[in-house]
Amino acid sequence: MSNRIDVKDLNVYYSKFLAVEDVTINIDARSVTAFIGPSGCGKSTFLRTLNRMHEVIPGARVEGEVLLDGDNLYDSAVDPVTVRGRIGMVFQRPNPFPTMSIRDNVLAGVKLNDKRISKSDADALVEKSLRGANLWNEVKDRLARPGSGLSGGQQQRLCIARAIAVSPQVILMDEPCSALDPISTLAIEDLINELKAQYTVVIVTHNMQQAARVSDKTAFFNIAGTGKPGKLIEYDETTTIFNNPSVKATEDYVSGRFG
Amino acid sequence: METGRDRPPFTAGTSSDVPSSARTPGRHCIRNDRLEGKDVSTNSLKEPTDRGRAGDKIFSGVSLAAGVLILAVLFSVAVFLLVQAAPTFTADPTEITGGEGFAAYIVPIIIGTVIAATIALVIATPIAIAVALFISHYAPRRLARAFGYVIDLLAAIPSVIYGAWGYIVLAPQLATVYAWLAENLGWIPIFTGPASQTGKTMLTVGIVLAVMVIPIITSLSREIFLQTPSLHEEAALAMGATRWEMVRMAVLPFARPGIISATMLGLGRALGETMAVALVLSPGALVASLVKTGNQTIAAEIALNFPEAFGLRLNELIAAGLVLFVITLIVNMIARFIITRHKEFSGAN
Amino acid sequence: MAANQTLQRRQSQLTRGRLPSYAVWVVLAASVVLGAALSALIGFSVVGWAVITAVVFVVTATIVTAVGEGERRAKDRLVTFLVYGAFLLALLPLVSVLWTVLERGIPGLSYNFLFTSMNGVTGAVDNASVENGTPVLGGAYHAVIGTLLITFWATLISVPIGLLTAVYLVEYGQGNRLARAITFFVDVMTGIPSIVAGLFAAALFALLFGPGTRTGFVAAVALSVLMIPVVVRSTEEMLKIVPNELREAAYALGVRKWRTITRVVIPTAISGIASGVTLSIARVIGETAPILVTAGFASSINWNVFSGWMGTLPTFIYYQILTPTSPTAPDPSTQRAWAAALLLILMVMLLNLGARLIASMFAPKTSR
Repeated sequence: MSNRIDVKDLNVYYSKFLAVEDVTINIDARSVTAFIGPSGCGKSTFLRTLNRMHEVIPGARVEGEVLLDGDNLYDSAVDPVTVRGRIGMVFQRPNPFPTMSIRDNVLAGVKLNDKRISKSDADALVEKSLRGANLWNEVKDRLARPGSGLSGGQQQRLCIARAIAVSPQVILMDEPCSALDPISTLAIEDLINELKAQYTVVIVTHNMQQAARVSDKTAFFNIAGTGKPGKLIEYDETTTIFNNPSVKATEDYVSGRFG
Repeated sequence: METGRDRPPFTAGTSSDVPSSARTPGRHCIRNDRLEGKDVSTNSLKEPTDRGRAGDKIFSGVSLAAGVLILAVLFSVAVFLLVQAAPTFTADPTEITGGEGFAAYIVPIIIGTVIAATIALVIATPIAIAVALFISHYAPRRLARAFGYVIDLLAAIPSVIYGAWGYIVLAPQLATVYAWLAENLGWIPIFTGPASQTGKTMLTVGIVLAVMVIPIITSLSREIFLQTPSLHEEAALAMGATRWEMVRMAVLPFARPGIISATMLGLGRALGETMAVALVLSPGALVASLVKTGNQTIAAEIALNFPEAFGLRLNELIAAGLVLFVITLIVNMIARFIITRHKEFSGAN
Repeated sequence: MAANQTLQRRQSQLTRGRLPSYAVWVVLAASVVLGAALSALIGFSVVGWAVITAVVFVVTATIVTAVGEGERRAKDRLVTFLVYGAFLLALLPLVSVLWTVLERGIPGLSYNFLFTSMNGVTGAVDNASVENGTPVLGGAYHAVIGTLLITFWATLISVPIGLLTAVYLVEYGQGNRLARAITFFVDVMTGIPSIVAGLFAAALFALLFGPGTRTGFVAAVALSVLMIPVVVRSTEEMLKIVPNELREAAYALGVRKWRTITRVVIPTAISGIASGVTLSIARVIGETAPILVTAGFASSINWNVFSGWMGTLPTFIYYQILTPTSPTAPDPSTQRAWAAALLLILMVMLLNLGARLIASMFAPKTSR
């Protein structure tokens, strides 16, 4: 079984501005891939092109191909909504829906799309998703309470539960721990390790130790200067990137010499 | 499971090579296997995606239509008024009220409107700015919000009630003041006697309008005063400036465009206000004295005569309304233009 | 001894050249006394006393400060007095209006006033009640019904249009030319004189159904012209403060844009929107001029907004004052007018209060 992503010659533009240039990368199924690099190098922008979330920003467009198991996301007949159903996303700051209970937050993908679901199926889905996000034991007694009442780390796991409830093939995470304390971060990292048994996980992180801890492969992005496009510099096994990188810039970055 | 999945990625060609029929059903199998058939989103994939897309198109279309409708309404306000006013401009001048054509009819009441609005602004602007300063910089922090609400209450009172108040309470009280003014300051043209016994004069109208305009100017000025960069204020205070010097050096220069446009908006309101004038003023021919009865404003002229009007008189009043519309439109557009430019300017900082 | 020294040094260092803090109160007390004396000379009245006291106080306090603390501080103090004075001055009409309405409105506010119309109440009836001292007959029932019906229809027209326009501006237009044009003209529309809005509706229906078409519905259209811009502006503000992260969260779940808007964005902003709508109702419920030219005036009950003239509270007040039912005995009419004014102010204040309650009770629960 496969959930791989292959990106070929991808350029990302904001109107006329080239933000990310010529990225070609093959992301393995059921693995954790980390994107690292200095601020503004385009790693988050690139991540968002993997489920067409960048289209939310007016003027953003791409050239090139992103293939999910061989199907091009950017085929003209493809509806971005379908793409996002297959490739979920978790954001930098936890963003549960403030008007909904914990339970409704998990079911949001189902309910917001007006899909009919029996109560028993819904209960099962809520439990499965929350267990999948290691949150079930903490919230099972207060499913009807608002999701915004949870701690930051719990909220982020609620967001992950919400993402996996629509059963995507791939989960993209955009610096999911940057707003969290160390203990919550640890919980999320453990969760990421468990998630890769079922899902392909791509994570953007500023934290190199985190990349080293959770990822199987790491991609290093860099930017030549302000106003220049971000580029993929090096992509390899995480151990190779951190211990024996082949590009000087990667070595400088992972050893903390800049960035 | 599926061929092609294990192909080297870049020999697969573009996705158009992959038959779409091979895409969807295959995936259902995978996903059902994985999630023991409980996966709810499986059903959605069977749905034709077009249904949801139509929802998007309809919704964005309807909201666009609503926006365009507003533009259309504003445009048609102008057009309908023009169509209904047209007979006035072509009619025989002797048939117009006053018997000397539309210009001779409208000019005095335009002047009356401007006089009333000017009095209102002369009174209201300094008070409103001071009140705004009071709420933004002088009042105790805890009470400032409550005071803001109280001033907003002034705006909430319906204009007909201000009219009734001006007619029954304020005018009789002012009558004695007017008598005194006419007696002692009668050599100034605007206070020429004999003063009205009832106090139902242009000055009373101006005062009532000022009361109605104050909350408008106050609320906008207050907002802008509060936007003054606190760095500027602190810099002034750090130099040892007194509070007034800080206000004069940091707050007022920053807020000047805002104050001007707030005043313009107040002017728009004063020009168009109807009921207060219709109730308070004893209308008459144009006179220079503000303490005698006389003068009339466009809005009050319409309100007083429209209910009984028919035929050409109706067209005439609508033409007067058109004139009022154009005047207030220009005033408001200038005010909004200043605000917009100010916003862009301060945003760039 | 030591404490005394510190105290003395403190005075000499930082409070040098400052008047003691009680100086202001001394001046105030002196001004009150002087004000009373002077106003007694020219014929005593509370208003005169207050005015003279205020003037004397401001002038004296400024001069005292100028002498004791210097010109800069005197200016600062003068402005402070003027700013406080302006606020008190602005409160005067508010207090006076509210007092007048309460004082004169309460006697007329009876069951009879609330639940009977002016049908059959003629000048003769009023004359009789003045001569015989019997209770004033006739009431504002028809006007209350008219006000509620017309406002209801205006709300029904304005809210969908205003809400959808705001949605377009925030969610779809995103600062394009059309959106900027709409924003600009919505702002301009807030400045349309209410009588012009009334003339517009009158002219529109005159073209469609012939001249002189006056019904409650025409008035509702006129009020909508005034109400829509208020709804658009307040809704727009509320939609803008919904965090973008919530929209992104929904999109990332594969939720369509229109469902994101209707199921996530609007529910999150609903309290603010509801409060804005309530305020816009409060704004138009007291409008008089547009109703005069669109719904005409009626003294009996009319439940049908699509046919026949209709009375409303504001026009009721207006006509009762300007053309009393009995020209020779206007007191009953004046009493009815003030009772109606009290009723109208109560409605407006309740709506304003309701708007604030809605806004604070259902304020969006933010997670941060």
